[in-house]
Amino acid sequence: MRFRLKEGGRIDRAQRLRFTFNGRSYEGYAGDTLASALIASGTHLTSRSFKYHRPRGILTAGAEEPSALVQLGEGARTEPNLRATQVELYDGLTAAGVNAWPSANCDLAAWTGRLAPLFPAGFYYKTFLWPASFWKSLYEPAIRRMAGLGRAPEAPDPDSYDKMNIHCDVLVVGGGPAGISAALAAGEAGARVMLVDDEATLGGALVGLRHRVDGVDGAAWAQAAAGRLAAMEEVRVLTRTTLFGYYDHNSLSAFERRTDHLGPGAPAGTSRQRLWNIKAGRVVLATGAHERPLVFADNDRPGILLASAAQRYLNQYAALPGERAVLFTNNDAAYEVAHDIVEAGGTVGAVVDCRPEPAAPLAPALKEAGVALHTGSAIAATHGTKRVRSVTVAKLDGDGGLSGEQYRIFCDSVLVSGGWNPAVHLFSQSAGKLTYEEARGIFLPGTATQALEVAGAANGSFGLAACLAEGAAIGARAAEAAGFGDGTPPPAPPVEAPEPGAITPYWLAPGLKPLGHGKAKHMVDHQDDVTAADIRLAAREGFRSVEHVKRYTTVGMGTDQGKTANVNGLAILADALGKTVPEVGFTTYRPPYTPVTFGALAGRDTGALMDPVRRTAMHVWHEAAGTVFEPVGQWHRPWWYPKRRDDKHAAVARECRAVREAAGILDASTLGKIDIKGPDATTLLDMVYTNAFSTLKVGRVRYGLMCGDDGMVFDDGTTARLGENHYLMTTTTGNAAHVLEWLEEWLQTEWPELKVYCTSVTEQWATVALAGPRARDVLAALAPEMALDAHSFPFMSVKEGVVAGVNARVFRISFTGELSFEINVPWSHGRRLWDALMEAGAEHGITPYGTEAMHVLRAERGFIIVGQETDGTTTPHDLGMDWIVSKKKADFLGKRAWNREDSRREDRKQLVGILTDDPKKVLPEGTQLVDKRGQPPIPMIGHVTSSYASPTLGRSIALALVKGGRARKGETIYAAPETGFLPCKITEPVFYDSEGAKRDG
Amino acid sequence: MLWIDCPWCGARPESEFRYGGEAHIARPDPATTDDAGWGDYLFMRSNPKGVHAERWMHREGCRRWFNALRDTVSNDVLTIYPMGTPRPDAPGDEAEGG
Ligand SMILES: [Zn+2]
Repeated sequence: MRFRLKEGGRIDRAQRLRFTFNGRSYEGYAGDTLASALIASGTHLTSRSFKYHRPRGILTAGAEEPSALVQLGEGARTEPNLRATQVELYDGLTAAGVNAWPSANCDLAAWTGRLAPLFPAGFYYKTFLWPASFWKSLYEPAIRRMAGLGRAPEAPDPDSYDKMNIHCDVLVVGGGPAGISAALAAGEAGARVMLVDDEATLGGALVGLRHRVDGVDGAAWAQAAAGRLAAMEEVRVLTRTTLFGYYDHNSLSAFERRTDHLGPGAPAGTSRQRLWNIKAGRVVLATGAHERPLVFADNDRPGILLASAAQRYLNQYAALPGERAVLFTNNDAAYEVAHDIVEAGGTVGAVVDCRPEPAAPLAPALKEAGVALHTGSAIAATHGTKRVRSVTVAKLDGDGGLSGEQYRIFCDSVLVSGGWNPAVHLFSQSAGKLTYEEARGIFLPGTATQALEVAGAANGSFGLAACLAEGAAIGARAAEAAGFGDGTPPPAPPVEAPEPGAITPYWLAPGLKPLGHGKAKHMVDHQDDVTAADIRLAAREGFRSVEHVKRYTTVGMGTDQGKTANVNGLAILADALGKTVPEVGFTTYRPPYTPVTFGALAGRDTGALMDPVRRTAMHVWHEAAGTVFEPVGQWHRPWWYPKRRDDKHAAVARECRAVREAAGILDASTLGKIDIKGPDATTLLDMVYTNAFSTLKVGRVRYGLMCGDDGMVFDDGTTARLGENHYLMTTTTGNAAHVLEWLEEWLQTEWPELKVYCTSVTEQWATVALAGPRARDVLAALAPEMALDAHSFPFMSVKEGVVAGVNARVFRISFTGELSFEINVPWSHGRRLWDALMEAGAEHGITPYGTEAMHVLRAERGFIIVGQETDGTTTPHDLGMDWIVSKKKADFLGKRAWNREDSRREDRKQLVGILTDDPKKVLPEGTQLVDKRGQPPIPMIGHVTSSYASPTLGRSIALALVKGGRARKGETIYAAPETGFLPCKITEPVFYDSEGAKRDG
Repeated sequence: MLWIDCPWCGARPESEFRYGGEAHIARPDPATTDDAGWGDYLFMRSNPKGVHAERWMHREGCRRWFNALRDTVSNDVLTIYPMGTPRPDAPGDEAEGG
């Protein structure tokens, strides 16, 4: 820890911590960040840059860090792209810089830097063009290996996460002087207050400064204030918590890191991170400001960092940036940094100020301390490879160029300050409008669209006294708006701190060669390796919109969202376009402010808790039978029942044969069931189904199609008339909730005069489909009272009676083509019914079948599945189901749309059967169909919607939608090139029992 | 996340609701509406910058439909009113609605 001061700082020298970085062992103290411990040890080189693999160091001391990105930890707990400036040190920490292979110190890919002329702005778009397949096989893997930005862990996350939802009257974002005084003012008024800050302790900028508040050190004042806040019952303070998203209606999200700073010492059973969803009455944004770098030649060498960062490393962590620093600035405030370093016993070689005649109040004191002052000058070059070793300072000619006078100054750190950008990210996310202030070159919060106010540096009030006063006033106002206090702020404490002083915006320092010539790079975006030359090139190539330039050059597109880059990049663009900054405009900030882990976003909604699972009353039986389950929506349905060493194909074939030749049973409980009652029930059904229900007799069942008013099929199912004004509608499993909503929508919004109740009874009735030529014999054994012959219990009718000792509703409907009874009993009796059927059916060879066999059986019989044979652009006519469309009803949903010209097109895709010439070939579902073999591109004429190996037919069958297909039966077409142009014949979409002879058994 | 004041359940987060598109699009008489008119009914919406009358349904609550006036710029929900009642006046209605 060569650069650690003997005393001072806010670290605990009693607690030494060991850690490993880039394979080397280091020591630091409790209270350090990874970045501060490295700087105290003299290490500035942390990683390599994204595109050119240039050596990169620590630029900042906080959340805005673009370049010191590290991979933290190993194994399942490794985490990529963390900012070293925000990683709190713990004993045993291991980390490595990203983008470096094998290490930041010896990076084999650094040759890309020498190929820099090949990587201009937009190089992704220019270089990697054709053919498209090269992207997958060549370009992308290569780019990913080279760039990548860290590695994701491959093992499951061993940690737990959780979420909190919380309401408050006043949310204060940012725990600096403005935020603290806002929270104190609102809290003292009695409001329910939340104060959120992303650092380990409150204080914000005060922690890195030597300013005094209320007669004490600023950081001590902040600690005392934290104590006062903690004592207020209605105030909650969250540190290590980043407010990352500002959404509508003052809904905000924050990301709390609860145990990350403890490393392996984290207590068991405590969630690692927590997501807070906050609903705030009023919001006070006290998010501070970020110092902005100056853009000059090779301004990205390790050892070059923001002046305020160096000041914080010095005052908070007692670490000097190096042996000898040079300060490069355009403003008075930065002189304080040089002054602090000199006072702490460090050496400042020179202050380089681009202003011709600065009048910084601290200049005389620095001169007296032996610091050379170069005014009207800029750094025109930096030297050194893995660490800056010297700079070339040149006099400016007052016209944007160099006058010729140059000095070489030796140094091992360069502190830069281009002024301060208010952190308007959250304000911008809240849909607030930004305004531009020419004098300081800053974007300020303008008109807010939500209930918020901005306080302190985020509002452009950079002085400490102003921050405290503004925070208190806004905090008191926010509390008053929530009904607490009279809006009078408590008196602001006295401060001892310099005023911010003068600034002249300065956007681009000239290099020794013209911009873009030679090897020097004027880095604007340290994370994405975007240079001033790249932005000028984009302007030359005709890009005008800031949004386009951003995407073309990738400036501001990194994980840091360009916190240090955007304003500089924008000003350089404006200059290149000959416009003002406001004319060019500004890109919108979006959540998250800094990256958030997937773990925190997921919380506990992972694994078994990710989504509720719905199980039928017979689920346990299926499980015991070794069923393979298929998720259908939230339901788990038996897919097939493997027996002995059956594979899927053999099991499905066995199940199909059982239904065709003996008897099978299917757990059909998941079908949607809607009980419809009321004097206008029939009117409703007549409107929502394409066929008529007014003609349906009590005790009978009808199959119906539902269409939208656009004429497209969206569900199908059977509806039974249980009484004059009482129906039971069934829907597809996946669409049940949607159909109920559909009925409710029409009833509540368009036809409120209809007297109808619709009630979901899906989970009230367990349903077993008993199908096959022996179905009647099986049921007869369990329902001796029920007349089951085809005359007494005809197809498409319903009976109520006792089955297996339980009151049941039995429907004679069939989705397989065979004689079939769908038996409904109260849910709690489902298992009893199933067991009774298995027992009674044993002598008839009863076999449970799953959804796969059901699909094969229905496809053989030519029955459609909505969502498979239809895709939202399919009409009943396309399906060849004109027979189900009423010609008599004056009006129903869908009818009007079929008179449109488009519905009458001859070449609409129509449902047909497809038989491959080779009966063994089963086409993949989704296969595209073409008219002839040949070289692509070939026009597609349709696609396969269902395709199976049919055990009944002993060959493959398929259903397809083919343009004008109905008129083309018997013709040969071809499956898409991927299948080798398999020839197939267009047929009727029914492969089995087209006369319906089997349905009565 | 919008917070919507359900007339039956009070202010609840948007994630509990289903958005129902523009309000006051009555289903026209199919017998007397030409193809263009039917197309308008199905597909054409006003999409204003400003006050928008729209339908919401409290799916994870009372499951009732209602209307709302929402400012599409600020996302402020200005008024909630029952299905079947005419669109009420709202500040800025004449200036920005359309
Ligand atoms: Zn409700």
